[in-house]
Amino acid sequence: MKKAIVSVFARDARGITAYVTALLADRDINILDISQTLMQEYFAMIMLVDLEACPLPFHELSNWLKEQGEKRALDIHIQREDIFEAMHRI
Amino acid sequence: MSYLMNSSEILQTIRMIDQQHLDVRTVTMGISLLDCAADTTARCAEKVYDKICRMAERLVPECKMIEQEYGIPIVNKRVSVTPVSLVTASCAEEDFSPIALAMDRAADAVGINFIGGFSALAQKGFTESDRKLVLSIPEALAATKLVCSSVNVGSTRAGINMDAVLLCGKIIRETAEKSDMGCAKLVIFCNAVEDNPFMAGAFHGVGEPECVINVGVSGPGVVAEALKSCRGERIDVVAETIKRTAFKITRMGQLVAQEASRRLGVPFGVVDLSLAPTPAIGDSVAEILELIGLERCGTHGTTAALALLNDAVKKGGVMASSHVGGLSGAFIPVSEDAGMIRAAGEGVLTLDKLEAMTCVCSVGLDMIAVPGDTTAETLSAIIADEAAIGMINNKTTAVRLIPAIGKKVGDRVDFGGLLGSAPVMPVHGESAAEFVSRGGRIPAPLHSLRN
Repeated sequence: MKKAIVSVFARDARGITAYVTALLADRDINILDISQTLMQEYFAMIMLVDLEACPLPFHELSNWLKEQGEKRALDIHIQREDIFEAMHRI
Repeated sequence: MSYLMNSSEILQTIRMIDQQHLDVRTVTMGISLLDCAADTTARCAEKVYDKICRMAERLVPECKMIEQEYGIPIVNKRVSVTPVSLVTASCAEEDFSPIALAMDRAADAVGINFIGGFSALAQKGFTESDRKLVLSIPEALAATKLVCSSVNVGSTRAGINMDAVLLCGKIIRETAEKSDMGCAKLVIFCNAVEDNPFMAGAFHGVGEPECVINVGVSGPGVVAEALKSCRGERIDVVAETIKRTAFKITRMGQLVAQEASRRLGVPFGVVDLSLAPTPAIGDSVAEILELIGLERCGTHGTTAALALLNDAVKKGGVMASSHVGGLSGAFIPVSEDAGMIRAAGEGVLTLDKLEAMTCVCSVGLDMIAVPGDTTAETLSAIIADEAAIGMINNKTTAVRLIPAIGKKVGDRVDFGGLLGSAPVMPVHGESAAEFVSRGGRIPAPLHSLRN
């Protein structure tokens, strides 16, 4: 399994989750865990995903998600999970 | 082991990067040039160019991949090389600047933003090669963009080479007269370290392997943010908060260091636990000191607050990395820190206070603009004071002063980018020329005899 964290930030609107999960499905990315919150009118969603079946190299996927996000004024990042593990676990 | 998703931790990391300027300040590849010795500078320069290009070819692209995959900026990709005076020992010519030109071209070819090691280690005396190299520094720094230079003039073990101190004062002046930016790339050290990844003082020591990856972490903004939750708490809580934050910052640096080492097939050397500020608002060491409770950095209490900060950063960082080294401590470069610039501009932060601060933190009098008419002897005396602090306290100290030619106290000097801008600060007018012109060596202190 090749795990990564996808984070999405935007002003809240209808259909953000649907839009982003469709993007991920389109690239054969499986969602393992998902959490979303509203901070005032701000939307924040975090997903743990598996990239095993994703055909794109990491940097292309990262650029593609960023571009697709910008179309809907979403700030989409993807990062390898190791960085969170390193910072927050001993 | 897999990471169990915790949204608040993930958001914290993302906020640190997006809003608090958390980054890896530098990935620095150390390269030995000992096999580049030759009879002429032309031949030596050719070998130096080829070796740097060969070894560092993949450094920048691999670092860019790491940045993208982890979402963490690596601000600088750099190379440090063997002190050049060791490589040029067989060259007959007087002028060693052709080697600096080759380093500059190689740095440009591999896409790095600085290359360090146009250096000489002269703590006990000059070899012919050391002398020729030091005399070549003004021309070398004027003729290149990316080359950084350093001279080690003292150590706890050897004492202080006052001939080198005197010469370096002259070299700083000459460098300032030849180019605006030259002095920002020239550091005079006492107790220089062999594995420092930070510029302008990085070089690849002779005890180092053929090639090595050293990483410098940063994050004053993250520490400052964490301290905002400590208002009114006892000082113990402040120290503990800094430690915890430094641990997280360093773990990230360690991860990047290991990943860079693995991808490049080059051994990992050290993580340098430093708080390196930038001129950006919210990325300032002075701001941390002010959050600890000072109205303005430079006032009474600054040295104590900085001592606490420096120690807590090391304590937090040391457990987060398998190998810690380099300079490891808070940097206080005046022109590169918005809070220091402000405090110096208001006259609260003075050269004398900065000197006191260097007793308890990493390195020394860093990126300080002094009046253009400051004499070479005064510069030498400032170097001697700093070197004495390093020698007696068993620590690295350094001087990176910029005589602002044609400018006086209160004027401003702009260096651009990460080097920032600085108000010209006053120096004492009384002469120390007789002292620094004596020459010779200040004997090593009693506690150098440790065996």
